[in-house]
Amino acid sequence: MLAHYGYKNGSGDYFIIIDTDKCDGCGKCVEACPYGVLELAPNEYDIEEGIMVTVAEEQRKKIKYTCAPCKPVSGERRLPCVLSCEPKAITHSW
Amino acid sequence: MTEEKTQECWKWPEYRHTMPEMDWHDAKIVTAGVDVGSVGSKTVIMVDGELYACSVMRTGGVSEETALKVTNWALEGTGLEIKDIHYVVGTGYGRVNVPFAKRTITEIACHARGAHYIYGPTVRTVLDIGGQDCKAIRCDEKGKVLSFLMNDKCAAGTGRGLEVFADLISVPIQEVGKVSLSVDQEPQPVSNTCVIFAKAEALALLRQGWLKERVAAAYHAAMADRIVDLLTRVGVEKDLVTTGGVAKNVGVVQRLERLLGVKPLSPRMDPILAGAIGAALFAKALQEKELGLR
Amino acid sequence: MIAAGVDVGAKFVKVVILSDGKVLGRAKAPVGFDVWRSSSDLFENALKSAGLSRRDVGKGVVTGMGRKTIRLRPPINADEAVSEVIADAAGAFQLVPTVKTVIDVGAEEGRGIKVDQGGKVKDFVINERCAAGAGTFVEAMARALEVSVEDMGPLALKSTKTIPMNAQCCVFAESEVVTLIHSKVAKEDVAKAIHDAIASRISSMVLRVGVERDVVLIGGVALNPGFVVPLKRELRVDVILPEYPEFVSALGAALIATNI
Repeated sequence: MLAHYGYKNGSGDYFIIIDTDKCDGCGKCVEACPYGVLELAPNEYDIEEGIMVTVAEEQRKKIKYTCAPCKPVSGERRLPCVLSCEPKAITHSW
Repeated sequence: MTEEKTQECWKWPEYRHTMPEMDWHDAKIVTAGVDVGSVGSKTVIMVDGELYACSVMRTGGVSEETALKVTNWALEGTGLEIKDIHYVVGTGYGRVNVPFAKRTITEIACHARGAHYIYGPTVRTVLDIGGQDCKAIRCDEKGKVLSFLMNDKCAAGTGRGLEVFADLISVPIQEVGKVSLSVDQEPQPVSNTCVIFAKAEALALLRQGWLKERVAAAYHAAMADRIVDLLTRVGVEKDLVTTGGVAKNVGVVQRLERLLGVKPLSPRMDPILAGAIGAALFAKALQEKELGLR
Repeated sequence: MIAAGVDVGAKFVKVVILSDGKVLGRAKAPVGFDVWRSSSDLFENALKSAGLSRRDVGKGVVTGMGRKTIRLRPPINADEAVSEVIADAAGAFQLVPTVKTVIDVGAEEGRGIKVDQGGKVKDFVINERCAAGAGTFVEAMARALEVSVEDMGPLALKSTKTIPMNAQCCVFAESEVVTLIHSKVAKEDVAKAIHDAIASRISSMVLRVGVERDVVLIGGVALNPGFVVPLKRELRVDVILPEYPEFVSALGAALIATNI
């Protein structure tokens, strides 16, 4: 399942997309994120129990701002969450 | 999410209903789905996976009382009590406040399942445009979620945005969609998606002598564009269904049809029950799992 | 040589007249509904107050959101139109030659600009088209709180409590403010929360170009003391507030005109 967390507003589209089929709940991304954007949570999308990574509820409305420091205007972009994920379950839409 | 605003937004009547000629006494599995939304709360009672009773009421302030109230109302006159229900699943914004629920499932998953029940097994894309947020869900033939997107930060493209706009041109919210369709030629959509700026833009258009209908059309066009953008992220596959308050706005729905080239299906019952229905169906699956039937 | 700079913002038009690089006059007026009218009227009036006419002006440069609309409109007839980023940098560099980071927060846009030692723009980030990232947010919240925009800042500074604001969108924030007031939260605490929120948004954006001293804050919102305090706190650096911060962009335009 592809979970898109974030929003679109007048200034653009800002979504963090988590592929829950690829996510193995290792939690490395949660530790890697310097701003507490990600967290592990029980899978509430299906009858199967399990752990998956999600964007913290209170963060969903402001990821454009919270994630901004990891996205410098110039220079190399190194997103700690994306880099820490081996199965490549996380992508950013911006 | 304020009490004041929820009361303003509440446009549809509260009700409860029991399906005639259905009996729970011989049922194998009786389940309940309780959907506590920020605006409305709904409970659905299912007997072996068929809708038996339901209730829809205003949430007011979210609390444990809400879930009890709406569920007891659904059970009224049926002879059933909460303790007789085999499995209860809570969903919606206030799902943590359903103390008698054995499990909580997100509204996304419940909506998809519920949409399948209401619209039929051909549903593959669900678009829910509520008062304060917008959800786009892709599901498979069983109603299982394949992909979803939730947009709840920005008022543009939500019922709230429409309210602000309807207020501006002094047209009641229930009419504004129809009003937007009374134009011969579709104008350019307003360029600002931000409700604040779109409002200013609309004011300027009115000052330039644009008729209400045209301004409404321009705003609805922008809304539809925005919703399509969101939908495109998850992709649109037939059959498409729309739920939520804004789904009742013909101005938005018709423009969506035009832009997507897809006509949404018509529901066979009140789509506001989608979440609660899905939750009750999940409850059935979970109960079957516990009994070793799955 | 007399040079003129006109900054047509989302809410206000600003004019700066320079004589051999020194400020002769400044003028500001609301944009209102007719951008052409308000800009040209202001321009004429500014010149008149300085005892000048259009003929006396050697070169003119326009900037701001409405620059393309009014550029060739008489009596403005500007020689050039430059982006706000360029004008901001030029103006800030003139006032603070040690500037490395310029933050401009206006009515509808917020900008973070990185400049080098020579005042040339290296990087920039614009927070556009979302009311929550700029002065419009403060205004809308002032309405919800039933205080004047000018009183918002001082009111916020009275608060000693930090309360979180959940809504990010201006429209939803307005409802949230109403709820908070109904739950008997003190107005000054709400005002502080509002300023904290906008300062947080602006500083996240500026972090994308990196914060390097000296940091200069300009634009209309710089006049709001309630905003400057949390901004400094979020950026963890001192922020220089030039005089007449809302005119710095127009000044920059006039300086560019001087050097054409």
